[in-house]
Amino acid sequence: MAGIPHDHYEPKSGAAKWLHSRLPIVGLAYDTLMLPTPKNLNWMWIWGIVLTFCLAMMIVTGITLAMHYTPHVDQAFASVEHITRDVNGGHMLRYLHQNGASLFFVAVYLHIFRSLYYGSYKAPREVTWIIGMLIYLAMMATAFMGYVLPWGQMSFWGATVITGLFGAIPFIGPDIQTWLLGGPAVDNATLNRFFSLHYLLPFVIAALVAIHIWAFHTTGNNNPTGVEVRRASKAEAEKDTLPFWPYFVIKDLFALALVLLVFFAIVGFMPNYLGHPDNYIEANPLSTPAHIVPEWYFLPFYAILRAFTADVWVVMLVDWASFGIIDAKFFGVLAMFGSIAVMAMAPWLDTSSVRSGRYRPMFKWYFWLLAVDFVVLTWVGAMPTEGIYPYISLIGSAYWFAYFLIILPLLGVIEKPLATPATIEEDFNAYVAHEPRGLSQPAE
Amino acid sequence: MLKRFAIATATILSLSGAALAAESEAYVGDVKFSFEGPFGTYDQFQLQRGLQVFTEVCSACHGMKFVPIRTLADSGGPALPEDQVRAYAASLSDITDAETGEDRPRTPGDHFPASGLETAPDLSLMTKARAGFHGPYGTGINQFVKGMGGPEYIVALLNGYTGEEKEEAGSFFYENTAFPGGWIAMAPPVSDQLVEYADGHDNSQQNISEDVAAFLMWAAEPKMMARKQSGFVAVIFLSVLAVLLYLTNKQLWAPIKRRAKNT
Repeated sequence: MAGIPHDHYEPKSGAAKWLHSRLPIVGLAYDTLMLPTPKNLNWMWIWGIVLTFCLAMMIVTGITLAMHYTPHVDQAFASVEHITRDVNGGHMLRYLHQNGASLFFVAVYLHIFRSLYYGSYKAPREVTWIIGMLIYLAMMATAFMGYVLPWGQMSFWGATVITGLFGAIPFIGPDIQTWLLGGPAVDNATLNRFFSLHYLLPFVIAALVAIHIWAFHTTGNNNPTGVEVRRASKAEAEKDTLPFWPYFVIKDLFALALVLLVFFAIVGFMPNYLGHPDNYIEANPLSTPAHIVPEWYFLPFYAILRAFTADVWVVMLVDWASFGIIDAKFFGVLAMFGSIAVMAMAPWLDTSSVRSGRYRPMFKWYFWLLAVDFVVLTWVGAMPTEGIYPYISLIGSAYWFAYFLIILPLLGVIEKPLATPATIEEDFNAYVAHEPRGLSQPAE
Repeated sequence: MLKRFAIATATILSLSGAALAAESEAYVGDVKFSFEGPFGTYDQFQLQRGLQVFTEVCSACHGMKFVPIRTLADSGGPALPEDQVRAYAASLSDITDAETGEDRPRTPGDHFPASGLETAPDLSLMTKARAGFHGPYGTGINQFVKGMGGPEYIVALLNGYTGEEKEEAGSFFYENTAFPGGWIAMAPPVSDQLVEYADGHDNSQQNISEDVAAFLMWAAEPKMMARKQSGFVAVIFLSVLAVLLYLTNKQLWAPIKRRAKNT
């Protein structure tokens, strides 16, 4: 698919021409900033900027924290206290980094669910989607290893539980676990390598983000209608789009300011609300906390991990059919990774010819149910595995898989979509015409 | 599977009492501390009283190894005068000098001693390592409204003794309504008039508990006042920035929207 036609950078002065013929870097910046962007993007298209900001903030605060942190089992916990008590501004750096992870995941979940609703993952944007999923996986790995570094009780026991997942792989699992940990149990070697990788992975994420942006700059943005920008001629494309600068940069910065307003209020006034008190107790291999709970952003997948216990018939069936190779524990691990894998496969599982959920009357219901399901799984992931909670986890997990594996493929066949607007321009004009007066413009 | 669904639905409808019981296991009541909420600040004199309680009572067994003694002089904390901090440091147990390897009196640059009793946990971060309010149903709403409840947990613990005690394997345990599990190895540490406050403040058991809880909150979060100030600066700055960006955005898009309206 050809890109959207638009003006390209033309060097004017002699020096600019000299540089451009050797390294067209100004042209790259120009084309990136002047990218034709669908006019009708709504406020759910702001999370990309928030995520980019998060990555930059996490790298800057993280590098500064690393200057004062000691990755050793005897000193890690004390060095974090040293940062919050003795380093100038250290308490803010630490809380920004700690809560920054939560902001990062809030933004990425909204970003992902926006893509799921508006069909942004569909052709021709599958590569953007897959790269996005890889970024998400790298984020989870980074966040998990970062959470181990303060060496509190949850750090230690979280690391023990999560690396134990790899131990559940048949035959080679225990060896993989030992290899990951650098020893028979979570210890200094584990802390050191997690610190090293926690420092490395954000730069891998940065590279993936560049490819992610490259990919969707090639296909052009999706938009709330899911209708493609007309690209037969530049004049036609200009009716559907506006350049990224300044229209969307300013819009996104406004949204970012509002998001950061909430973020800084949390950092300033309740920085430990999203954390777990047990992580203020130094790691102790001899004392297991009553409830080992991951950070909130892992809870939906943690719930799926725990949902498939040995008394579920699917698990029993698989256990029997695989001659006991896939036991309940490994089944849970497969389910957890599988839940992300089926999401990554969405471009090929969704059979509907209509991209945007706005014009899919049946899809809408299932989508919002998925969103509710995600919230319920987040909640139930933090609850103990007793009483009613395992049943809720199981129902929630079952729906997650059903949505991607059954509902998405079937809906494309049985659903009768509504008519989509012919052009983005049409949608934009209709939207502006119906906009409440106060929001649009002063009286002329 | 169908059976499971049926059971699940039935249980959802009846809202199993087990979850309710689990949540009310340990009771922690709310206390109105001066440092709560965005505008809350530490009460310097309460922190000083709390320090006195810690020194005369808690420090017999508990340490605070992460807290530098010099921070007692920090504004936004107990803010003791420098000479008092020096005298206080010298009054604590001697420390083995890292360079000379010899014992010497503590100076403000040193930390508080670590716990003297092996089974007594360090108190530096105790108010952040415990939470008071949970639920309802694991949603965290109570903590959002009332705060994390760490200092409240301390107050509840110190006042939660029922008077029952038992002996198990040669150790004594005391029944406590705030302690998870109900039986704690620590004997009731505070009582009315246990500490004679230097400032003559009312020294009931409740007051003593609240003062030491406030002091421990400061020990765990010594930069709270600076943090809240940063929060306010950020929120005010971002509010102004957001308004300016809103107006910029509105003006920027106005001609585009006007054109769209006229087509």
